[in-house]
Amino acid sequence: MAEQRNTMLSLRGLTRRFGGLTAVNAIDLDLAKGELVSIIGPNGAGKTTLFNLVTGLDRPDAGEVRFEGEGITGLSPERLAAEGIARTFQLGRVFGNLSVMDNVLIGAHTRLRAVKPAVPLIGPLLELGLALLRPAGVRAEEERLREEVKVILARFGDRLLPRIDQPAYSLSYANRRRVEIARALALKPRLLLLDEPTAGMNPTETTEMQGLVAELKAEGLTILLIEHKLEMVMRLSDRVIVMDEGKKIAEGRGEVVRGDPKVIEAYLGHGLSGTAEQESAA
Amino acid sequence: MSSWLDYTINGLIVGNVYALVAVGLALIFGVSRLINFAQGSIYLVGAYIGWVAVVQLHTPLPLTIILVAVTSAIVGLVIERFGLRPLQNSVRIAPLLATIGISFVLDQLVMLTFSPNPRALPSQLPDVRFQIGGGTIGPLDLLIAGVGLTSALLLFVFLRYSKLGWAVRATAQDRDAAMQMGVDVNRVNQAVFGIAAALGGVSGLLVGMYYNQIDTAMSLQATLKGVVAEVVGGAGNVPGAVIGSLLLGLVESYGVAVFGTSYRNLFAFLLLVLVLVLRPNGLFASARQAPPEPLTGTFIAPSRPVRIPRWALLAAAAAFAILPLLPVSFYVLQTLINAWLLGMLALSLTLVAGTIGQVSLGHAALLAIGAYTSALLSLTFAVPVGLAVIGAGLMSAALGTLLISPSFRLRGHYVSIATLAIGEIVSLVILNWESVTRGPIGISGIPPLSLFGHELISPTSIYWFSFGVMVVLALLQGRLLGSHLGRSFRAIRDDDIAARAYGLSLNRYKALAFIFGGFAAGVSGGIAAHLYSYINHETFNTQQSILALTVVILGGLGNVVGAIVGSVALVGLPEVFRIAAEYRILIYGIVLLLLVRFRPQGLLGTM
Ligand SMILES: Nc1ncnc2c1ncn2[C@@H]1O[C@H](COP(=O)(O)OP(=O)(O)OP(=O)(O)O)[C@@H](O)[C@H]1O
Ligand SMILES: [Mg+2]
Repeated sequence: MAEQRNTMLSLRGLTRRFGGLTAVNAIDLDLAKGELVSIIGPNGAGKTTLFNLVTGLDRPDAGEVRFEGEGITGLSPERLAAEGIARTFQLGRVFGNLSVMDNVLIGAHTRLRAVKPAVPLIGPLLELGLALLRPAGVRAEEERLREEVKVILARFGDRLLPRIDQPAYSLSYANRRRVEIARALALKPRLLLLDEPTAGMNPTETTEMQGLVAELKAEGLTILLIEHKLEMVMRLSDRVIVMDEGKKIAEGRGEVVRGDPKVIEAYLGHGLSGTAEQESAA
Repeated sequence: MSSWLDYTINGLIVGNVYALVAVGLALIFGVSRLINFAQGSIYLVGAYIGWVAVVQLHTPLPLTIILVAVTSAIVGLVIERFGLRPLQNSVRIAPLLATIGISFVLDQLVMLTFSPNPRALPSQLPDVRFQIGGGTIGPLDLLIAGVGLTSALLLFVFLRYSKLGWAVRATAQDRDAAMQMGVDVNRVNQAVFGIAAALGGVSGLLVGMYYNQIDTAMSLQATLKGVVAEVVGGAGNVPGAVIGSLLLGLVESYGVAVFGTSYRNLFAFLLLVLVLVLRPNGLFASARQAPPEPLTGTFIAPSRPVRIPRWALLAAAAAFAILPLLPVSFYVLQTLINAWLLGMLALSLTLVAGTIGQVSLGHAALLAIGAYTSALLSLTFAVPVGLAVIGAGLMSAALGTLLISPSFRLRGHYVSIATLAIGEIVSLVILNWESVTRGPIGISGIPPLSLFGHELISPTSIYWFSFGVMVVLALLQGRLLGSHLGRSFRAIRDDDIAARAYGLSLNRYKALAFIFGGFAAGVSGGIAAHLYSYINHETFNTQQSILALTVVILGGLGNVVGAIVGSVALVGLPEVFRIAAEYRILIYGIVLLLLVRFRPQGLLGTM
C-alpha cells in the first residue's frame, strides 16, 4: 500500500486516435514521487500527444489518468494546473509580448490567493475590484511573487536576470526555452513535464540545462522528461520508456533499454538516429 | 396567401444565391484560413455592374452575367494581389483587418459613385409564373437555380480535373506539404479569389434582380449571410457551404412565413450563434479534432510600446482641460466632444481587441445598449441623468458580456464573425421589440445631460463632462493593465493554450475584459443619447464599430494613450482638412489598410 501512496502519476490504457492514426496506443505508466522518467522514441511516436493527454490540452479516447490517486482524466488544463501539474512546450509557447518577469509571474497564477478570493459566483467581480483597488494584502502578495520570480530566474545564472524587463519575443531561442522552464517552476509544481527542454540548444547550453534538471530532481521534484539527446537521458533518468507509433515498446533502466533490439529497430526503421538533432524549430 | 411549397421554393432559391457567396468564402478559407470580410463588397460591386449593364448598356442577359462575372473576378484578383499578398508573412490579424478595410473602401466607393439611394434592377425576364403542385415558380427562379447548378458543375470539374484545381485542393488539405511539392501558392490564392469574386458578383446580380432592388447596405448583409452559411457547413468545406446555404435559405423563409419579414435576419444570426456554440466546426464536421493549427503568439504584431513620460501626459491633459477657457470656437469644442465619446469607445475596444485579443466587430452594439438604457431610465423611470449614464455602463457591461459569452470559446477570426452577428442581433432586437424600444420610431425627447440637478447645456460644460469621464475611464484602465489582470489578459491574447496550461480560465478573464470594456462603451453610448436627444436602431451602426477599430489599430493595440490619440486624430484631422462627410468613411478604410500594411503596431505600439 505504501507503494501506491507514493505513486504520483499513473496512466492506464491511455489512447488517443486522430482519424485512422492511433497517436497514443494503450499506454500504461507509473511514476513514483521524486522519480525522473524519460520518454524517448522517434519523431511522431506520440510523446507530445501523451503530454497533452496528461495536462488536459487533449482528451483521450480511452484510458485513465490518475494523479496522486485521484482520477483526473479529461479535466481541463486550468484545473490540472491548479492541482500542481506544470509543463513546458516542445516548440516553445512563451507569451511573446510579455516581459520575462510577467511570463514567469503567469506561472505563479494558480498561487494567487489575496487577489483571487475563492468566493463562488461573485469571485470574478471581486477579483476585478481587488485588481483595481489593490489593498495592502494584494500588493504584498504581488511583491512576494516578484521576489520569488527573481530567485527562480537566478537559477539560470545571468541568462535571464539582466533581461527581466525585456519582452519574450526579443530573447534568443535558448532563452525562450529557459523562460518556459522558469514559468513552470513558478507554479511550484508537484509534477513537472518537460518536452524536449534542450531542443535547438548547443552543447554548452545543453549541459547547463542538464545540470538544472539534475538539481530539480535532487530537490525531490517528480519529472517526466521527453528528450532526444540520449546521453542526457541516460544520465538523468531513473527509468526510460520507449515509444514507437503510439505504443510503449520498452521500459526499464537506461542501459538495458538502449541495448533492446526492438528499440534499435524502431530508431533504425524510421531512418533516424537517437541523437539526431531534428527540427531546429526556429 | 402563399403556400408552404412557395416558402420552400423561395427558401431554396435564396439559399442558392447564398451558396454562390458561401462557396467563395469556403474556397478562400480552405486555402488561406482567412475569412474574407470583403466578399459581400464584391457582391455589391457585382450588383452595380449588373445595373450599369442592364439599365445603361442594355446588354442581353447572358452577356450581363458574363460581364458581371469577369469584372468581379478582376476585382477579386486586384484584392488578392495588392491587398492580401503583401501581408503573407505578417501576423494573422493583418489579413483579417485588411479584408475589413477593403470591404469598407469598396462599399464606400460604390456609394460615392452611385449614391446610397436604392435602385431598381430589372431582371430582363418575362413576368410569368408556372403552376407546380400547390406553388408557383417563375423564370427568374429557374435562372437562379440554373446558374447555381452550372457554377457547381464548373467548379467541380475545375477542382477535380484541372491541374490548378488539384493544386487548390492540395493546398486546402495541407498548405506546407503542398508548397514542398512545388505548388505555387500565389497562383492558388489568385485562382480562389478570382473564382470566389466571380461567384460573389453574379450572386449580387441575381439577388438584385430577384428583389428588383439594389442598395449599398447589401454588402454587409451578404457577407454575414455567406459567413453564416459557410460556418454552418463547416469552414472551408465547399459542399458543406452549399448545404449550409440551402439550410439557411429555408430557415429564413419559414421564419419569415411564421413571424414576418423583419425577423428574417434575426433567424440567420441566431442560427450562426447556435452553430458556433454547439458545433463550432460546422454541422458536418467529423469527430472531435484538435484545432488545425497552433495559433501561437503570431496573431498580433510584437512591438515595444512608445513610453510617454508622465509629465507629458499631465501637460497634455491640463492643456485639454483648460482649452474651453481659451478663445476657441464652439466648433472646436464640439469636435473634441465627439473625440472624447469615441475615445471612450476606443478604450473599451482596445481592451477587448488589443489587450485580450478578441477582435470585436460589433462594438457599436454596446453603445446602443448603453444609449437605450440611459434614455429609457431617464425618460420612463425619471432617473437623474448622471445616474442613468452609470446605469448605462452597468447594463452594457452585464448584458454585453452575457450576449458575447457564446463567443468566448472561439478563436481568431471566428470571434470577429460572432461579434459582428451579435451586434446585428442587438440592432434587430431593438428594431423589433417595440414595447420597450419603440421599434423603428426610435426614442425622442431624451433629456439633456445633467449633474446633481444642473443641466449641462453649454458646449463648455459638456466638454468638461465628457473629457472628465474619459480621463477617469482611461486612468482606471491604466490601473487595470498594471495589475495581475493586465498580464493575464495579455497572456491569453498571446497564447491561449499556454495560458490555460497555467491555470487561466478563458471564460473568466474574457468575461472580466468585456465587463470592464462594456462599462466604458455603455457610458459613451449613454452620454451620446443625452447629447443627441433622439436615437433609433440605426444610430449606432457597424461604421462606428469599424471606426473604433481603426482608432485602436492607429493608436496601438491595447494602448490606452493610443486609443485617445487615435480618436483625436481620426475625428480631428478630417475637420482640420475640411473633408466632406461622404469621404470620411472612405478615408478611415484607407487609413486602416495603410496601417495594417505599413505600421501594424500603430502609432504608439502594442501594449
Ligand atoms: N492535432 C492532431 N491532429 C492530427 N494528428 C496529430 C495531431 N497531433 C499529433 N498528431 C499526429 O500524431 C502523431 C504523434 O505526434 P506527436 O507530436 O505526439 O509525436 P512526438 O513523439 O512528440 O514526435 P516529435 O519527436 O517529433 O515531437 C504524429 O503522427 C502526428 O502527426
Ligand atoms: Mg513532440
